[in-house]
Amino acid sequence: MNPLTGYLLVAALLFATGLAGALTRRNAILVLIGIELMLNAANLNLIAFWRYGPHPEALTGFLFAIFSIAVAAAEAAVGLGLVISIYRHLRTTDLDAMNRMKG
Amino acid sequence: MTPVFYILAILTLAGGLAAVTLKNTVHCALALTVAFAGLALFFLQLDAQFAGFAQILIYIGAVAILVVFAILLTRSSEAEASGGILSRHWLAGLIIAAAVFAVLGWAILRGAQALPQESAVPAVTVHQIGTALMGRYVLPLEIVALLLTSALIGAVIVAMHEKESAK
Repeated sequence: MNPLTGYLLVAALLFATGLAGALTRRNAILVLIGIELMLNAANLNLIAFWRYGPHPEALTGFLFAIFSIAVAAAEAAVGLGLVISIYRHLRTTDLDAMNRMKG
Repeated sequence: MTPVFYILAILTLAGGLAAVTLKNTVHCALALTVAFAGLALFFLQLDAQFAGFAQILIYIGAVAILVVFAILLTRSSEAEASGGILSRHWLAGLIIAAAVFAVLGWAILRGAQALPQESAVPAVTVHQIGTALMGRYVLPLEIVALLLTSALIGAVIVAMHEKESAK
């Protein structure tokens, strides 16, 4: 098997796992965990394409992955801050119970 | 495909699967850490040492700890006991995820011939990465710095206690 195919398949499986978690769980923190898994699967794709691409010395895919990690960290901080804020208002992290936008 | 690849794939996928299926949210966070560690080892195996260690520092060191703090602050590990762990629309979500994986897998396997073959190990030093970050990629670096600053200030403001203002 082509070495790149294995990495892409692992990343696709991890992405599908994260998507299933984000779409099926009712706890808001578990949804954020699913989103983190999806972002990480995308990073694995970026690094694998950089490694087996035609010009790895240009570092394009590598630095894309580094920037992606930084943006994902910002996303995690804001997302978890929002979850804590919603918990303080509604006393729950159950997404099915969050059915109004007024605080 | 080396045996190391299969071991890492099983470790990462088992961690990811456990992270979204376990009942206790603290266990989910720990399984998420295992998945992050597996991905960091994948990065090391792909000769991206800097990305591997950045993954360990940022995801295992910061994001996983942040998730654990959020779980403990919201006490969602106790609330989970009442009612199921799945949302009302879980079947539709599962079908969508399976369909997405089917499309991705089909595209990967159909395009396997066009993918590049085994190539030489790229020799990347931290010096090269630093030169690239300070040279060609200096504008994205500054934008990411601004984004991180504003995101962290925003997260603190959103999660901060609004004392007395509500009264």
